[in-house]
Amino acid sequence: MATNYETHEYDVLVIGAGGAGLRAAIEASAAGVKVGLICKSLLGKAHTVMAEGGMAAAMGNVDDRDSWKVHFADTMRGGQYVNNWRMAELHAKEAPARVHELEAWGAVFDRTKEGKISQRNFGGHRYPRLAHVGDRTGLELIRTLQDHGIHQGITVHMEYTIVSLLKDGDRVVGAFGYDRERGRFRIFKAKAVVVCTGGLGRAYAVTSNSWEGTGDGVSLAYHAGAELLDMEFIQFHPTGMIWPPSVKGILVTESVRGEGGVLRNKDGKRFMYDDVPENYRSQTSTDPEEGWRYTQNDKNAKRPPELLTRDHVARCINREVKAGRGSPHGGVYLDIAWIKEKIPNAAEHIKKKIPSMYHQFMQLANLDITKEPMEVGPTTHYAMGGVRVNGETQATNVPGLFAAGECAAGLHGANRLGGNSLSDLIVFGKRAGEYAAKYAKENSAGAISDAQVEAAYKEAVEPFERPAGGGTEGPYQVQYDLQNMMQANVGIVRLQNEMEFALDGIQKLKTRAAKVAVQGHLEYNPGWHTAIDLKHLLTISEAITICSIDRKESRGGHFREDFPNKDPEAQKYNSVISKAADGSMKLRREPIPAMREDLKQVIEEMK
Amino acid sequence: MNKQVTFRIWRGDATGGKFVEYTTEITEGLVVLDVIHKIQATQANDMACRWNCKAGKCGSCSAEINGIPKLMCMTRMDTLNTDKVITVEPMRAFPSIRDLVTDVSWNFRVKTKIKKFNPRKPDAEDGTWRMMQEDVDRVQEFRKCIECFLCQDVCHVLRDHHKHDEFIGPRFLVYTAALEMHPLDTEDRLAELKQTQGIGFCNITKCCTKVCPEHITITDNAIIPLKERVVDEYYDPLGWLWKKIRPQG
Repeated sequence: MATNYETHEYDVLVIGAGGAGLRAAIEASAAGVKVGLICKSLLGKAHTVMAEGGMAAAMGNVDDRDSWKVHFADTMRGGQYVNNWRMAELHAKEAPARVHELEAWGAVFDRTKEGKISQRNFGGHRYPRLAHVGDRTGLELIRTLQDHGIHQGITVHMEYTIVSLLKDGDRVVGAFGYDRERGRFRIFKAKAVVVCTGGLGRAYAVTSNSWEGTGDGVSLAYHAGAELLDMEFIQFHPTGMIWPPSVKGILVTESVRGEGGVLRNKDGKRFMYDDVPENYRSQTSTDPEEGWRYTQNDKNAKRPPELLTRDHVARCINREVKAGRGSPHGGVYLDIAWIKEKIPNAAEHIKKKIPSMYHQFMQLANLDITKEPMEVGPTTHYAMGGVRVNGETQATNVPGLFAAGECAAGLHGANRLGGNSLSDLIVFGKRAGEYAAKYAKENSAGAISDAQVEAAYKEAVEPFERPAGGGTEGPYQVQYDLQNMMQANVGIVRLQNEMEFALDGIQKLKTRAAKVAVQGHLEYNPGWHTAIDLKHLLTISEAITICSIDRKESRGGHFREDFPNKDPEAQKYNSVISKAADGSMKLRREPIPAMREDLKQVIEEMK
Repeated sequence: MNKQVTFRIWRGDATGGKFVEYTTEITEGLVVLDVIHKIQATQANDMACRWNCKAGKCGSCSAEINGIPKLMCMTRMDTLNTDKVITVEPMRAFPSIRDLVTDVSWNFRVKTKIKKFNPRKPDAEDGTWRMMQEDVDRVQEFRKCIECFLCQDVCHVLRDHHKHDEFIGPRFLVYTAALEMHPLDTEDRLAELKQTQGIGFCNITKCCTKVCPEHITITDNAIIPLKERVVDEYYDPLGWLWKKIRPQG
């Protein structure tokens, strides 16, 4: 095959069209540069649509005691102080303006009685802070950005997969990929590239992520020389559906608890009261009645323990199940139906406040949540770790390469607060677009060698050239085996020997992945796509496992049974992964820069 | 509870195709998309199928199941008669790409032609607006749309009469309604609705409302009010007279 690929040239190429990618593309385009946007699916279908609860922004519409300082302190506390504090500061300061901007672009948020944007309570946020639209806030965000973006002169490439970033010396100058529809390969030349590819939950067997969440951007950036940060911190959302089996992992929004839903074990006990961590004790109610009043926006009430941070709630559920106090299908009960004791028309109220959850359970589980409790359990939800970026510009250590959204790291530290993801997308998506456009204006286009394009092409189509049988296998079994291994050994509760077993297993799976064979054609061939995703899944799984073995303490999303406590010394560094000259994965502990004095003071004030 | 089921799935591309039968075993609690995935993983690795969230929120896995437009991820197997062969085929109102995947790009082109949201000046000095919940309720209903295009698929104006060049279809009438009824919007889209977007083609058979997985009352709440606005603007004789004789300037 000659190097006769159709070539598209842009100033800024954005890979990924969820909230962060769309926002980056809009910003870059507004700066007057030519922008290309790559979607792995159709436009507007990205995983952002699944976000339910809302976007955190300290607008103070419901409780005027809120401010960027409180939001900053909440984010740092939730992330257990290994966050990039500059990102946490910018995020808290800029989120309100980004939310108002969405309203100017047509978003229709739920309202307060005064006609302002309403805000709801969420785990780890001191005051009602999440702008929302029922429980479909992610859909509202992506649709608003999509409907605004299509008029901004952005060229959208739908259903494309990028297989490799292209470089000129040290600098990233484009990307190579194919359209899923026909399997035609394309070169995308760009002065700057922004990866916004979202999550990596598909490395695990039970996940809330769609098929797209295979960590592409993290892996592409790593193989192009970018450093990865804090890959050990994976968020297991406490409440995923667990029954029936086909829906296992699908998210049950935290808003259910925000609206008064409670967790009970099989004995009917609200077990969350049994274990409230020290640093949240002063903010947490000990009286169920007070907890209920909190969910009904009583400013003087403290939050119920169901609204503690996600890592903690997930572990408490795990503990109940392991102790034999779980529900029939291996979870616990989440009950919102009980609020009928408190308010008239409870069924209608529930349908109004969390309509998607009502329909989700009605249609998929044949269960009426206004009458019966749901069965829920932890599900792999979010990667706090990802590509290491500059907190202000979202630039990586590779010139010309930027990252934003879930695939970038830093803002959330060891654990992300609910609602801080959607605001992350719009705050840092905007910044990435802005600085990528600036970089593109200051630099000319690079040169792309035929050799690297040919190498990427060969690697991508190789699975077709391996004949079936004779030591080869299909890609699906390798994927299942990896997912099950990560779930069992590098999951919600971790142990040294299990993780070492997994690391060894990843090497064996790499050998198997190098031999997978696919049949058929290049057009819309899911077997082939799975074979290509395997490289990404194996790369990120290795990074997660190496970082998890190294961090010998428990913090946020990283919980080790053999080191169950926090180590104050381990609060001083981040885990940084890079690709060594020999192609192996290298880990170092990078000291966290000292926090600015004024920010330290904010944290003290908010304690 | 394990049971053998037979799926009759359309395999082919733009040049033609045929139904192929696959028999597989199912367990309790599956949806149609699970069975498609199982067949894909075990018997037909190259069978094309578009999907994403698997929770009825992204609108990717639209297909026709036993002839009815539905989301595959939200159709439980226990709602179908599994003693009979189950037919799964792509949406028929759009060109085939391969197997269950259709070319829906026409929808994306249509949307770019509808005038974008254009808000009034902010109400408050800090650049924000005030809107009451009861004033946004109806717009929020329309904004639940997940763009699965099942309403476009079932609409006879598109499906049977192929008026894609003259009619924007229920999805984009809902989209236009959300803009027209947005309390902040200042744009006027009635002329296009009447002329190039073909609102008159809709003869309110309500098929779109029936297939909407988000239960948006497409015909009654979106299309009919838009039709009324068009009628008021262009066909009301008193209004016409008033426009002729009203003081100018």
